[in-house]
Amino acid sequence: MDICGEREPTPVNLSVTHTVLVSIMKTEASVSGPNMQPLLKVENLVKRYAKRTLAGTGTDLLALDTVSFTIFSGTTLAVVGESGSGKSTLALCVACLESPTTGTIWFEGKNIVKLGERARRQVRQQIQLIFQDPASSLNPRWSVLEILVEPLILEGKCNREEMRQRANSLLERVGLSQNIVERLPTELSGGQRQRLAIARALALEPKLLILDEALSALDCSVQAQVANLLMELQNSLGMTYLYITHDLAMAAHLADEIAVMNRGRIVEQGLTGKILKQPEHETTRQLLSAVPEMLRAAQPELEK
Amino acid sequence: MPSVLEIQDLHVSYRSRAGVLCRALAGVSFGLMPGEIMGVLGESGSGKSTLAVSLLRLLPGNGNIIRGAVHFEGKDLLQAKPDELQQIRGHRISLIFQEPSLALHPTMRVGQQVRQVLAAHNSPGKRALDERTRQVFAEVFPEEANRISRSYPHQLSGGQRQRVLIAQAIACGPSVVIADEPTASLDPVTQMEILGVFRKLREGLGLAMIFITHNPALLSGFADRVLILYGGQVVESGPAETVLASPQHPYTKALFASIPRIFEESGNGHRQKLPVIFGDSSPST
Repeated sequence: MDICGEREPTPVNLSVTHTVLVSIMKTEASVSGPNMQPLLKVENLVKRYAKRTLAGTGTDLLALDTVSFTIFSGTTLAVVGESGSGKSTLALCVACLESPTTGTIWFEGKNIVKLGERARRQVRQQIQLIFQDPASSLNPRWSVLEILVEPLILEGKCNREEMRQRANSLLERVGLSQNIVERLPTELSGGQRQRLAIARALALEPKLLILDEALSALDCSVQAQVANLLMELQNSLGMTYLYITHDLAMAAHLADEIAVMNRGRIVEQGLTGKILKQPEHETTRQLLSAVPEMLRAAQPELEK
Repeated sequence: MPSVLEIQDLHVSYRSRAGVLCRALAGVSFGLMPGEIMGVLGESGSGKSTLAVSLLRLLPGNGNIIRGAVHFEGKDLLQAKPDELQQIRGHRISLIFQEPSLALHPTMRVGQQVRQVLAAHNSPGKRALDERTRQVFAEVFPEEANRISRSYPHQLSGGQRQRVLIAQAIACGPSVVIADEPTASLDPVTQMEILGVFRKLREGLGLAMIFITHNPALLSGFADRVLILYGGQVVESGPAETVLASPQHPYTKALFASIPRIFEESGNGHRQKLPVIFGDSSPST
């Protein structure tokens, strides 16, 4: 944004053959990931929804209010907050499904807010979303195979046989048996469905997965299974996650950093351990105090 | 002390389209004391929602109560005549469901919807109905009771809608409330608020409650007793603090271990895998 006009960006090696020019701004208090490139950098994001009453007047709703954060490659940022704090709007903006009113989103050094439709499509492949309810995010009339190959068909790069192979390896990757390819989503359990949603999201080899309450609808023991799968994928593929949730305990388990949102603003952000042990903002304290007693195993007193 | 609701050896099955009987509950027995909060904990397929609806005989058409008894106020609800049952449903025993946005009429003011429940069970005249509606709203919404009773469901937040459902449930002064995952769709701060409302009602009105959930954490500090349902059977039950702190059954142990603890300490703690449970919890046929 502004800084790019002033300063020459520094080249950053993403892989052996791929170099991008980006301006890295603040990287203090960051996490030690395997790869220290910021994959996603959001700056001063604002999303305003016009609110109209019958009289034609009304104040606008500020869903996102100057939100800024950075996610490094191979790490997890959890965004926590109450309902209506703007978490999901943030997810939609990052996934290019909503256009922010102002602000920039840098993804691999490109400002994806300003891209044209064609270039945006390319970016969308790299950023995949997983939603809360796998039952409603999978087409109930399609078989598992059809669901898995749809992104490959849209990408249009491989033939039938390759698609089948890709589908099989995707199933294997998320720990599903290849025997289920002919089944319908309704014939799968909740955990299997969420695994399928993850497999579909992985089909185009994205770099960033946005998990919008991806575990909330599952039973505790199934949550554990899917959480383990997500961690495995992070280790083996170097996935980066933007994990949106109101489950602070799971956020603490999965995330390197936590950002706390309230009324469209990030009110506090930092390393997971710090947020839990020295919460500074009232919202964070409130969220922490809503964590049931049972989940506070061996915990020192919360600092006031 | 005699229990207010006594469930004895309840067996429920569903008939699949192919005609196969699937057991959902296989011999569940427990008693609910007056003013007691009983937490029923179980995962998908464990039969917990079947339990909620079969107590009031609200099973879908393919569900059958094979045998068992539900004693309430000197009657066996499973043998009661339809009109007797109708007198009890929503009046002496009420149900609260998970999704408050589906349970409310979208184009009717919520005050009206609570008033309807009252009118369905007793007809003390218009003014008395209005008065009672006002009282009920004041009970669950200490502030803004008037504004909220004149609102439509879409104008309310998830937590407020859930409070309206609670208002409906307590309107007729029941002695038992069955709540099936009443807080599952709410965020944690609102969840705690709603649990607070339940606790207050229990103290104020002496309500006994069956609180069904899949989340053990919600029950700590809230339920008096806990019942663990697995495969349609009660595998463990006891005082909440005992069961939650030191579970005995292997399933309960595994279930509790699979939940991440928020302040777990260890150098690289959050990178550890969570213990998981294999297989599923529905009963064998």
